[in-house]
Amino acid sequence: MLKQLFSVLALVASSAALAAGGHVVHLDKAPIDLHDKESLQRGAKMFQNYCLGCHQMEYQRYSRTFRDLGIPDDVGMQELAFTATKVGDFIKNSAPKADLARWFGAPPPDLTNVARVRGPDWIYTYLRSFYVDPSRPFGVNNEVFPLVGMPHVLQELQGVPSKKYETRLVDGESKEVYVGIVADESGELSPEEYDRAVADLVNYLEYTGEPSKLESRSLGIKVMIFLLIFFVLAFLLKKEYWKDVH
Amino acid sequence: MFKNLMSWIEYRMPFMEKMNLHVMQYPAPKNFNFWYFFGSLAMLVLVNQIVTGIWLTMNFEPSAERAFASVEYIMRDVDYGWLLRYMHSTGASAFFVVVYLHMLRGMMYGSYQKPRELLWIFGMLIFLVLMAEAFMGYLLPWGQMSFWGAQVIISIFGVIPGIGDDLTLWIRGDYVISGATLNRFFALHVIALPLVLVILVFLHIIALHEVGSNNPDGIDVKRPNDGSKIENNVSDKFTFHEYFTKGGKKIIVDAIPFHPYYTVKDIVGVVGFLLLFCGVIFFAPEGGGFFLEPPNFEPANPMKTPDHIAPVWYFTPFYAILRAVPDQLFGAIFMFLAIIFLALLPWLDRCPVRSVRYRSTLHKLNLVNFCISFVVLGVLGVLPATPTYTLLAQIFSFTYFAFFGLLWLYSKNEKTKPLPVRLS
Repeated sequence: MLKQLFSVLALVASSAALAAGGHVVHLDKAPIDLHDKESLQRGAKMFQNYCLGCHQMEYQRYSRTFRDLGIPDDVGMQELAFTATKVGDFIKNSAPKADLARWFGAPPPDLTNVARVRGPDWIYTYLRSFYVDPSRPFGVNNEVFPLVGMPHVLQELQGVPSKKYETRLVDGESKEVYVGIVADESGELSPEEYDRAVADLVNYLEYTGEPSKLESRSLGIKVMIFLLIFFVLAFLLKKEYWKDVH
Repeated sequence: MFKNLMSWIEYRMPFMEKMNLHVMQYPAPKNFNFWYFFGSLAMLVLVNQIVTGIWLTMNFEPSAERAFASVEYIMRDVDYGWLLRYMHSTGASAFFVVVYLHMLRGMMYGSYQKPRELLWIFGMLIFLVLMAEAFMGYLLPWGQMSFWGAQVIISIFGVIPGIGDDLTLWIRGDYVISGATLNRFFALHVIALPLVLVILVFLHIIALHEVGSNNPDGIDVKRPNDGSKIENNVSDKFTFHEYFTKGGKKIIVDAIPFHPYYTVKDIVGVVGFLLLFCGVIFFAPEGGGFFLEPPNFEPANPMKTPDHIAPVWYFTPFYAILRAVPDQLFGAIFMFLAIIFLALLPWLDRCPVRSVRYRSTLHKLNLVNFCISFVVLGVLGVLPATPTYTLLAQIFSFTYFAFFGLLWLYSKNEKTKPLPVRLS
């Protein structure tokens, strides 16, 4: 009976992955590092330049970003905060929300926590998965998020991306095989530079999702070391007392 | 000076007398094993929840407009707010981990059997209140899962014939889940239910100390004193409160004072627990998406249903039973029965032997069946209800309830092993 139960358990585990989502897209691992301050700073700049027009960070203050990324307040206010008047302001835009919702079909979501909702790999893959699709209002569609309402705002960096097919020999027949999305040469960045730029942005979004992560790791290690020492002492104390019993 | 103060107090209130009765001269069986850590750990987590909860309350704003933003404020702008919040959110899951293991301990060693039925009932009431407390707490951050999870759970009450709709209206305080619901859940979560919880824990311990702790061998440590000498009795070394010896009518065998022996031992358990607990808090506060679910980092949006709504992991075994039954009303009834049967264990189990160590192989297998059913149902409750999973949920709901039915059948004339005379 036990054997049967275990085989059923294995069945549950294996089919769990399949059932998790109908639309399965392979996500690329985002090459990010929260300790890379320069990457975070470049990401913050990308966010200000390309995202803030429509999206906001309603819960993150400029002052916090500057402090954690090692940017002096005056430099940050000049270089990054175009719309804010005070360093304690939240990272918000002044775009009319109702109009944005009308233009794009849905209000652009707040991005403070987007990395915690979607995961960094999702965003990294998403921003590299736009492709030309004339049937869409903005002329682009997305592999990861089909029928997305967002235009490809990073097109000037990436160039015009389109789905590429190759003729290959499959089982003795030549067939058109989808090989991926390839951008033309019109972008400012090479494909490697574009991936790097997107990774910087994702790194920054990962940071804003949980600014305390920088702090919690270092505090956590100290706490764990303390507890390990405490554990040994507590164990020895117990052993000493229990000599009476054994 | 200190002595004078103590005697000044003692003259006016029996402080040391009660400390002796419940701590320093309380006889605890000497053979408590790993499974006996979870009672004190549950207490630790309760204190953690209360203390971190108080500090969170200082900055949380219970309104539909501000709840989500105020949690983000705690996470970003309050000094160590993130730590308080993670201690509280991880504490909620840890509470259920230790309580489930504590209950399993009771089932393994028959700790619910006579004379500990009332103790078990208090425990089950604590479990019920804890579920209500956790459910209401989960609405407060006002994220997508808070909102839609509450929607699902409150709608369960709607299946009750006749009064269902009015009842859900009464619970929500509105026609939909709204700021009104959030406010009342906040009130219940921060004062009403914790108060009930603390009172029930107090009663649980009073009832425990009246009948005494059970132990892995399931035999009594307080025995009638017939005057005969008991060899190698460690209890002879210690003084126990006369309340437990009943003026010499009872003799205490193989028990040791709770303090210092189990206080120093429980400290080891506490630190071991804290290593795991802090590991989650500092290095994986989302608990793999089970302690804090990713959609809950998005504010509640009544217009947008998440792709997949699952309650938090500690409710999923019962949620799987609910979904396994095709009829909603009967699903709710079975879910309720899943808990009621647990509460009825003292009367379903008719075997005079308590500990699984001396019970039949059938009972051991049945207990394994219960654990597997509970865990598999928990896994299924997280997954979407596909036809395969629903079938599996039906099978394991059946085996879950079969545990109680079988127990009642075989326990009357169970073939048990001989009980030891002394604790091992």
